[in-house]
Amino acid sequence: MRKLPVIVAAAALVLAACAPGADNKPAQQPAGQVRKDVGALGDVTLTIWDQETRPAQESQIKALNAQFQSKYPNIKINRVGRSFDDLRSTIKLGLTANDAPDIAQVNNGKQDMGAFVKAGLLRPVDPYAEAYQWNQRFPEFVRKLASYPDSGDSLGDGKLYGVAQTGELVGIWYNKSKLSQLGLQPPKTWDEFDAALAKAKTAGQLPLQVGNLEKSAGPLLYALAMHRFGNPADETKLATGRVDANWKTEPNRQAAQQVADWVDKGYLTPGFAGLKGDDATEKFGKGEGLFHVNGTWSLATLKEALADNVGFILPPGGTVTGGTGLPWAISSKSKNPDAAAAYLDFITSPDAMRTVASSGNLPVIKAGDQVGAGPERDVLDKWQEASASQKLVPYLDYATPNAYEVVSNSVEQFMAKQLDVEAFLGKLQADLESSRGGR
Amino acid sequence: MAVGEPRRVGYLYALPALLVYAAFLLFPLLHSGWLSLFKWDGLSLGTFTGFSNYGDMFAEEGALAAFGHVAVLILFFSVVPVCIGLVLATALHRVRVRGLPFFRTVLFLPQVIAMVVVAVAWQRIFAPDGALNFVLGTEGKAWLGDSSTALLAVGIVGTWVQTGLAMVLFLGGIGKVSADLFDAARLDGAGPAGEFRSVILPALRGEIGVALTLTVIAALRTFDLVYMMTPLGGPGGSTTVPAYEIYQRAFHTGQVGSAAAIGVVITVLAFLVTYVITRVTGRERG
Repeated sequence: MRKLPVIVAAAALVLAACAPGADNKPAQQPAGQVRKDVGALGDVTLTIWDQETRPAQESQIKALNAQFQSKYPNIKINRVGRSFDDLRSTIKLGLTANDAPDIAQVNNGKQDMGAFVKAGLLRPVDPYAEAYQWNQRFPEFVRKLASYPDSGDSLGDGKLYGVAQTGELVGIWYNKSKLSQLGLQPPKTWDEFDAALAKAKTAGQLPLQVGNLEKSAGPLLYALAMHRFGNPADETKLATGRVDANWKTEPNRQAAQQVADWVDKGYLTPGFAGLKGDDATEKFGKGEGLFHVNGTWSLATLKEALADNVGFILPPGGTVTGGTGLPWAISSKSKNPDAAAAYLDFITSPDAMRTVASSGNLPVIKAGDQVGAGPERDVLDKWQEASASQKLVPYLDYATPNAYEVVSNSVEQFMAKQLDVEAFLGKLQADLESSRGGR
Repeated sequence: MAVGEPRRVGYLYALPALLVYAAFLLFPLLHSGWLSLFKWDGLSLGTFTGFSNYGDMFAEEGALAAFGHVAVLILFFSVVPVCIGLVLATALHRVRVRGLPFFRTVLFLPQVIAMVVVAVAWQRIFAPDGALNFVLGTEGKAWLGDSSTALLAVGIVGTWVQTGLAMVLFLGGIGKVSADLFDAARLDGAGPAGEFRSVILPALRGEIGVALTLTVIAALRTFDLVYMMTPLGGPGGSTTVPAYEIYQRAFHTGQVGSAAAIGVVITVLAFLVTYVITRVTGRERG
C-alpha cells in the first residue's frame, strides 16, 4: 500500500503526457487551383449534415439535392438531417472525428463557428467566394455573419467560413381583425405601438402573446426594446462581442425599463414564464393576443392558423433583429472541397432561391423577386427592406461562448423581478468581460 | 456439472459478456475519469490540470446548487414514493379490492411511459392555463416558470413516476408472506398498525432496499424530466441537476473535463448510496 502514492504519481505523469484532443490545426493547405468543373472530379460522395428537418425545409433541401444529383451524376449526396438542437449537440464530435462530414450547417455564434475556426476545423471559403462570385451574390451583412478571424473571436472579421441559404427576421406579428376592431392601423411609430398595447388592454384583450418557458422569447423582447432606444451600430457591437461594446449604457437601461413596464402593466400573457414558446405562437394563432413578437420562422404555423388575418411588420423605426439561417460550412477534413463548394454554390444560386421560397421559406437573397401573397408577401418584402438597410442587428447570443445561456437566463430573471436594471446589465457585462479575458 | 472441474474454464464462459462489459462500461468509465483530469474544450488539445476540476466543483456555485437540487429530488423520487408505496401496498393487501390487477397496472403505468412523454404531459398540467391551476383555482400561475416552485413541480412528477414501482415491489413482497403469520399476529391482538410494524415491515426489508436503491439512483441521474420540463435548468437555474450540468458543459459550453468530473462524482455517489442501502436493508432475509 505504501507504493500507492508512487503509482498514482507515475500514472498522473503518463496521463499528462497524452492529453485528449488532437491538435487539429490542419497542415496549411496550399491555396490551390479552384476546380469549378464538377463533372471532371470523378466519383465523389459528399456527406452533409444539415438541420433542415421541419417539413417546409425538408422538402426544399430534398428537391435541391435531387436537382444537384441529376446535374452532376458523379456526385453522391449522403444527407444526414438533424434538428437544430441535435445538430448543435453532435457537430463538435462530428467535426473532430476522422470521417468528418464534408459540409455541415454550423451555428454562427462564437461558441460554435468561432470555436471551430479557432480549432482549425473549418475551411475558409474565400477562394471559392472569388471563383463563384459569392461576394456579389450575398450582401455584406450575410457574409459578415459567417466570418471569423483565425482566433475565433469577434464574429464579422477575417475569413469567410460559410454561405447561408435563408434569412430570418424577428418582427411583430399582428392580428389584423383585432387591430381593426380597435380602430387601429399597424403601428408605424413607437407611440402608436404603445397606444395599441394600452388600447388592447383597456378593451380586455391580451396585448402581447409571450411564452418564455424555454427562455428564447425574452431575449427577443428585450432586443425589441433595445431597438427603440439604441442604434443599430452599438447593438451590433454588443451582439458580436466587440472590444468596445458596453452593456451599461443609457439606452440599454431604458430598454430594460421598457420590458419591466410591459410586464408591470400586464401586457404579457399571464404566467408567460411557464408557457412554452410554441404554445404561445399557437395561442396567437387561435386569436389570443393582438401582437406576437417572433421570427419569420413562424410564418408557416401562423399562416395555417390565421390565413390572411395575420400581418408582419418591422419594429417601428426599422431597426430589427435578424440574420441568416445557419451558414453551410466546409469541414477542413473534407477530401473534396471543390465538390463541396460546388454544392454550396448550387443551393444558394438564384435558381435555388426560387425552390427555397416556393417551399415556404425565406430566401436570403432575391426575396423581393419571389411570388407570394398575404403574410408571405409581408415577410418577403420586409426581409428585402431590412437586408438592404443598415438596421439589421444580429441576435444577442453570438457575443460570447456563454452568451446564449447568460442572456436568456438574465432576461428571464429580470422579467421575474429577481434582478433590477443595474444587476441585469451587470450580468451581461460580466459575461462580455470574462470572455475577453480568457479566450 | 462434474465436481472438481477446473475453475478457470468458468472464466472462459464469462469472457464474451466480460468483453462487452469492459468495452461499453469499464472503458468509458475509466476514460471519463481520465478526461476529468484535464481542462479540455472538446476541440483543441487539452491541458492536464490534475484534480482541479474536482476542486472547482466545490468552489463553484452552479455545480454545488446542482448537487443540492438532486438531494431535494431524492426526497421526492425515493423517500416519498417508498412511504406512499408501503401504505398503498398494505391497504391493497388488507382490503380485498375488486380488480386489483387493474389498479396495480394503473399505478405502475408511469414507469412504462417514456420520461419525455411524461415530461410533456406534465408540462401541460403545470402550464399557466393547465389542469393544475384549474383544479386549484389559481389563475395563470406559472409553476414551472417560478424559481420557488419549479423544483417542487419536477419532484412531484418524480413521485408520481416512482410510487407505482415501489408499490408493485411491496405487493409482491407481501404476497410471499405466509398467511399463518398474519393469523398469528391477529391472534396476538395486533391491529392494522401492529400488523404493519411486526409482520409487513420486517418481511419487506429486502424489497424496501431494492426500491430505495432503484429510486435513489433514478434521482441521481435525473435528466430528461429537468431538461424537458424546465429548459436551460429552470428559472434562475433553480432546477439544474448534475446530469444536466454534464450535458450542458460537455456539449454546449466546452468544459468537457469539468463535465467528466461531475460524472465521476455522481458515479461514486451512486456506489456509496447503493452500498449503504444494501448494508442497512440487505442483511439476512426472511
